[in-house]
Amino acid sequence: MKNDSVYYLKDITAPETPEPGENPSPWTNTTIIGKRLPRVDAYERTSGSALYPSDLLLPNMVYGAVLRCPHPHARVKRVNTRPAEGIKGVLTIITGTTPEADVWWRNEDGYRSKLFDPHCHYEGEAVAAVAALDPYTAQDAVKVIQVEYEVLPYIIDEERALDSDAPRVHPKGNLVDTESYERGDVDQGFAQADVVRERPFHTRCEIHTPMELHGCVAEWKGDTLTLHESTQGVYAVQAKVAEALRLPLSRVRVSGRYMGGGFGSKLKAGKYTVISAILARKTARPVKLVLTREETYLAVGNRPSSHMTLKAGVKKDGTLTALQFTCTGTGGAYPAGGVALVDWLIRDLYTCPSVKTECRDVFINAGPARPFRAPGHPQGSWALEQMMDELAEALHMDPVDLRLKNIPTVSQGRTGQPAYTSTGLKECIESGAQSFGWKAARQRNKSSNTGTLRRGVGMGGCVWFVGGGGPPSTIIVKLFKDGSVNLNMGASDIGTGTKTIMAMVVAEELGVKLKNIQIENADTGTTQYATPSGGSKTVPTESPAVRNAAIHIKQKLMEMAAEELDCDFEDLEFEGDEIIVSSRKEQRIKITDIPKLKKQGVIVGVGYRGPNPENKSVNPFGAQFCEVEVNTRTGEVRILRFLGAHDSGRVMNRLTYDNQVFGGITMGIGFALTEFRVLDTGQTGKMVNRNWHDYKLPTALDVPADMKSLPIELDDPEANNTGAKGLGEPVTIPTAAAIANAIYDATGIRITETPAFVPHLITRLNDLAKEG
Amino acid sequence: MSDKDSKRGGITRRSFITTMGAGVAGVAASGALFSGTSQAKAPEIHKAGEAMRITLTINDHPYVLLVEPRWTLLHVLREVIGLTGTKEGCGRGECGACTVLIDDIPRYACMTLAVEAQGHAVTTVEGLMHGEDLGVVQQAFVQKDAFQCGYCTSGQIMASEGLLRANPLPSSEEIRRGVSGNLCRCGAYTHIFEAVEAAAEMKQK
Repeated sequence: MKNDSVYYLKDITAPETPEPGENPSPWTNTTIIGKRLPRVDAYERTSGSALYPSDLLLPNMVYGAVLRCPHPHARVKRVNTRPAEGIKGVLTIITGTTPEADVWWRNEDGYRSKLFDPHCHYEGEAVAAVAALDPYTAQDAVKVIQVEYEVLPYIIDEERALDSDAPRVHPKGNLVDTESYERGDVDQGFAQADVVRERPFHTRCEIHTPMELHGCVAEWKGDTLTLHESTQGVYAVQAKVAEALRLPLSRVRVSGRYMGGGFGSKLKAGKYTVISAILARKTARPVKLVLTREETYLAVGNRPSSHMTLKAGVKKDGTLTALQFTCTGTGGAYPAGGVALVDWLIRDLYTCPSVKTECRDVFINAGPARPFRAPGHPQGSWALEQMMDELAEALHMDPVDLRLKNIPTVSQGRTGQPAYTSTGLKECIESGAQSFGWKAARQRNKSSNTGTLRRGVGMGGCVWFVGGGGPPSTIIVKLFKDGSVNLNMGASDIGTGTKTIMAMVVAEELGVKLKNIQIENADTGTTQYATPSGGSKTVPTESPAVRNAAIHIKQKLMEMAAEELDCDFEDLEFEGDEIIVSSRKEQRIKITDIPKLKKQGVIVGVGYRGPNPENKSVNPFGAQFCEVEVNTRTGEVRILRFLGAHDSGRVMNRLTYDNQVFGGITMGIGFALTEFRVLDTGQTGKMVNRNWHDYKLPTALDVPADMKSLPIELDDPEANNTGAKGLGEPVTIPTAAAIANAIYDATGIRITETPAFVPHLITRLNDLAKEG
Repeated sequence: MSDKDSKRGGITRRSFITTMGAGVAGVAASGALFSGTSQAKAPEIHKAGEAMRITLTINDHPYVLLVEPRWTLLHVLREVIGLTGTKEGCGRGECGACTVLIDDIPRYACMTLAVEAQGHAVTTVEGLMHGEDLGVVQQAFVQKDAFQCGYCTSGQIMASEGLLRANPLPSSEEIRRGVSGNLCRCGAYTHIFEAVEAAAEMKQK
């Protein structure tokens, strides 16, 4: 992937925002920011009163359902809707031959398909849709629609996709792209090395499955479409739907003030969004279309599997000399970033003069990928961090020391190798190891690991490709005459606490109480443009703009106060909710006592997100440590404790910060131990574990009781005016590799393929037992 | 609906109960709530597509409803009555987002037919409120930040409430087991455990 193309902005034309004007310097001390404060919308979310899109009940509303192709590759010959038409309560059925549904759907990189394309490239492609009076009837109708398919040969094994006899997913062939990168001379690097190791690694395909199902409620009023969509980005949905239905942007209003998780799978609109709009138009009634859980396994994204090989060279003193990496991956049946950013950690994380990577993205007949929390990174980490441990062992070095030997200060993977504005990688590893008790734990386990239950510790470091945020963002803050505030922003709060953090920024600047701040967000009809909430960039993007908007209000207030107190503007300063004259401290005025504000009723402040520093890279860093216990008779792995030490710049809210750290680790535990898509390579090519019983997420019983979050809070005045960097993605990057390293430390077994679960481990343990 | 469809969709009370028992066993507390009563009475057979008149007691209020026999309690709560605090995550007893209390015991509303809930006290997250004030478990979830996106939260709160009604001072292991039937994809478990501990303490006062 090119340095400047960020996945969450792919296919999005983001408007430019004006320069922010005077950029304030970072806070030197704070009274609100950084505290452990409950969320501003906690009442709504715990009382059951928060309305998520799938909760909406509009007058006269009906229900949609989608018929999906049951084959991995097929051509729709004929669709007989008559049996469904006979069902009482069925209002309309749309198929590929319905004129209103004759809509082009633009996939990435010029691949177009129809909304209901007769050529189905993966199991789960939309074939028809129904609107009915209730959801049961809609599903009844879907079940009796008769579709005649010509079943076509399919390819679902990415390693065989480029074989000459492999069925073609698209006429151009199954190679999407090969991305390569090179710096230095790896051959020379390996020649200089004292130890060279090479090993294949494989991570399996992971499915997002956010708790709220994908879906929306579509409603027309005349020619204006309103969509209540469970999304990370209302403006991204608006753009996609307007394009598909050829509507002016002003005629598509998208609202998604609450949403039940996305993790990247809800960055954009889905076909279901457009389908619901068409059903609503045909029935002339609002339509709620919420996918079933099974559909979300098939058709709304995944983290691609990665087949990787990593070769590494290191000198006796621990200096890395060369890294060579290859990867084959697949984004499924359409271009969808099948190998995006898998090599980023190899390129950027540890100092290495010679690096060569080659990543091959191929098509298979399976559901297209969508960005998934830190795309590519947990996969690359799985290979790199295990390799670092292998090198450390060969050198008889502590794995922590080997990493500390190779800490970069510049972003080596980027063109021109710009310096990071700040990097806490060293501190994350050092302080993390100390707080975890790394050396003592290693020692303790070494001396006591003889019985059935064996313990081991493992760790991994990380950098996240982006996470600095940037323009565009426009924020409007209104201060009312009674001192209460309305904060208007386009960004979605996907569960990370965005709204709370932004309210805290306003409170910090204007001295207003959190409970007196009302937030209007994520609605194209009423809020300003925002890019989708993803890429760990929402806080570093929005918080500086919020601060600028609050400062804009302060300036206006001080102008009013200067007039009132008959003094110089320059002589005034803010103190809580008062303005004081610096030279005559006894002279002060409460904001709400300013006559002009009382008369005017409201002050509107506008804030823009300024540009990032030139020739610098803004990135978050982290290191995670864990201890596991492996039962060498049963193959069971129990995670005893985890520590996440993360440098994400300023901690905005310690309570939500810790929650993110623990959540990222939990998701990483799933990636390491339980989650993997299974496609039937034998007979049907279908996904066989498309539910939460067969595809297991981490439960309350799978996370360790002992979880620690250790913020590494470094000043970063260059990054932006709040000094915050992204957090949501780095926290899940090194988790899986740290677990694999701990399992190795406990057992001597290196698990190179996810998941490290019982069937896998027991085989290896049995082999080991036989070898004696 | 055609004859063919009604046969396909038709389900007897008894056959449903048999399959439901297995699902419910995984929910939380032990004991089969409904199977006991079903053995005592002769099964009533209802045809799919035919509406039945039932009365449900939800949050202490009686609701007189016309429902199809196949409608789940979850569907009736959310789409018929409009109590949308109870969420749907899977519709098949996997995630616990739809957990409600039935006679104080946590149950998956997606695995419970509306007709089955007759004669039992159903409590949803809205029923834990005291007017506009949050109940104790809800307050603890707020204080400990025991959620992220909030979509599994109602279910987590109801599972916790049910746990604390049955076991006012659970051990940390009992807390983990008590919410182990409720998935949280955001991974807020650590804070959920803290919230349940805090709620147990608050309830003692």
